[in-house]
Amino acid sequence: MQQVETRSAISAKPKKQIGRSIRLSLRTVNVLLSLLLPVTVLIVWQGAGMLGLLNPTLLPTPAVILQEFIDLTRSGELLAHLRISSWRALLGFLLGGGLGLAAGLWVGFSYKAERLVDPSLQMLRTLPHLAVAPLFILWFGFDETSKVLLIAKGAFFPMYVNTFLGIRSVDNKLFDVAEALQFSRWQLMTKLMLPGALPNLFLGLRLSIGVAWLGLVVAEMMGSSSGIGYLINDARYFSITSVVFVGILVFAAFGKLTDSLVKLLERRMLRWQDSYKGGDL
Amino acid sequence: MSQEWLLVQGVNRVFPAPSGDIVALRNIDLRVSEGQLVTIIGPSGCGKSTLLKIIAGLDTSYEGQVLLNGTPITGPSIEKGVIFQEPRLFPWLTVEKNIAANLPLRRPDVRQRVDELIELVRLKGFEKAYPRELSGGMAQRVAIARALLRNPAVLLLDEPFGALDAFTRAHMQEVLLDIWQQNGTTMLLVTHDLDEAVFLGERVVVMNPRPGQISSIQTIDLPFPRKRTSSSFQEMRRIVLSEFEKVEGPVVDAGAGI
Ligand SMILES: Nc1ncnc2c1ncn2[C@@H]1O[C@H](COP(=O)(O)OP(=O)(O)O)[C@@H](O)[C@H]1O
Ligand SMILES: [Mg+2]
Repeated sequence: MQQVETRSAISAKPKKQIGRSIRLSLRTVNVLLSLLLPVTVLIVWQGAGMLGLLNPTLLPTPAVILQEFIDLTRSGELLAHLRISSWRALLGFLLGGGLGLAAGLWVGFSYKAERLVDPSLQMLRTLPHLAVAPLFILWFGFDETSKVLLIAKGAFFPMYVNTFLGIRSVDNKLFDVAEALQFSRWQLMTKLMLPGALPNLFLGLRLSIGVAWLGLVVAEMMGSSSGIGYLINDARYFSITSVVFVGILVFAAFGKLTDSLVKLLERRMLRWQDSYKGGDL
Repeated sequence: MSQEWLLVQGVNRVFPAPSGDIVALRNIDLRVSEGQLVTIIGPSGCGKSTLLKIIAGLDTSYEGQVLLNGTPITGPSIEKGVIFQEPRLFPWLTVEKNIAANLPLRRPDVRQRVDELIELVRLKGFEKAYPRELSGGMAQRVAIARALLRNPAVLLLDEPFGALDAFTRAHMQEVLLDIWQQNGTTMLLVTHDLDEAVFLGERVVVMNPRPGQISSIQTIDLPFPRKRTSSSFQEMRRIVLSEFEKVEGPVVDAGAGI
């Protein structure tokens, strides 16, 4: 409702009397607006390619990439790679994100736990993927374990940091209220800290999923014989740039899709929030 | 009906400070009988909030004795309903769930009592609204209903309408009187608004600062509902005001209310 109103303020001024039907079509207008830039880029790109301005090995045209996408889908190759990649990302995310959530809750609830584990975790947090990947491979070999663990390592920290932060940012005055109303310890956690931390939990969730995708690429490029990351790496080796593009696009589309799903869930669960939704700038 | 439902006896509260201790309360004696509505008025810094916090069990570092229904107060509990200047609602809960808070709305007796209280605080139709959708006065009524659901032995209100505009405040005073008359809850209300103190209180406790102490207690022998414009109201108001002038200059908000 609110979003529609701010939007209509931008472009519906001259046609105010038409009201409702205008509002609905405004959604369409907005979608079209957001497509304007990418579509223009695609057209220019395709045009330049057809005029021979681009090196087809380095930058194949959109049409070629689309054809590659269709071929890879037809042969079932793309789906097989996608399936194994999604599985790794999901496992890694569940493991890392789950542990991050648990650790964040524990450290958030307990001051002692914070002193005990937070400094060490903050130190580990700064280790880059590429630096620890060889170690994981040494320890766990090239099989699934090292990949899933690498993804989990990435997914752990955003979830941990934001869960911790969320719990610590719950309004202190509400703790006084909870005390006066004689909340039990369990109620304090489930009825005050968790809902109070929810906005941060969602932020952590989204970041964590994002990092899981990144970890996946690193893991699959380090050494693998399957997955989208492998597909990209293999195509690079043989200079089949169109396949590289298809891989990148699949990653982007999947990342966006999962993020949108979480955002949708977030919007439903944080309906109570009263925050700035952006203005007409 | 005990004459000493709430008994405050010889209470002293000192805040240590590097530049000399602050005597927030000195030798406070107060007796409130069951079902009474007592208002406390005094200028800023005279220890009103400190006194209320002690009765609420939120401050236990005092000297003296505080008994509620014969039992010493040792900490916060649902026995003592506390309303602050800001409503302190849970932003993620609807009105009815805020009132229920940690009690399950599924339980028929809770459900029924919540519905009654929503009616009492005049919030019918807003059961499913979130706090962000409420005005300041409505939110404060939710907070009052939340406290009343626990059937407190005493309801402590610390400048509950201080953040509201004059018209809303006048309305809230009427709502509170209505609640008090229907529910019979013992109430202790702190204010710095002279009109509010005289309009609501069966007794008005006048406090003065440095050190915080009770300088007099006035019984307001006017029937409810009181008319602010009546000469007897104005007379009572003048009497209470003169209690301040005995001590020092213009110390309370003696503005004409609304
Ligand atoms: N936690 C505290 N630490 C130090 N001094 C305090 C504290 N709380 C209150 N005081 C002092 O006690 C006095 C009474 O404060 P308070 O009870 O808040 O007054 P009122 O509510 O009447 O405005 C003030 O001088 C205040 O500075
Ligand atoms: Mg105060």
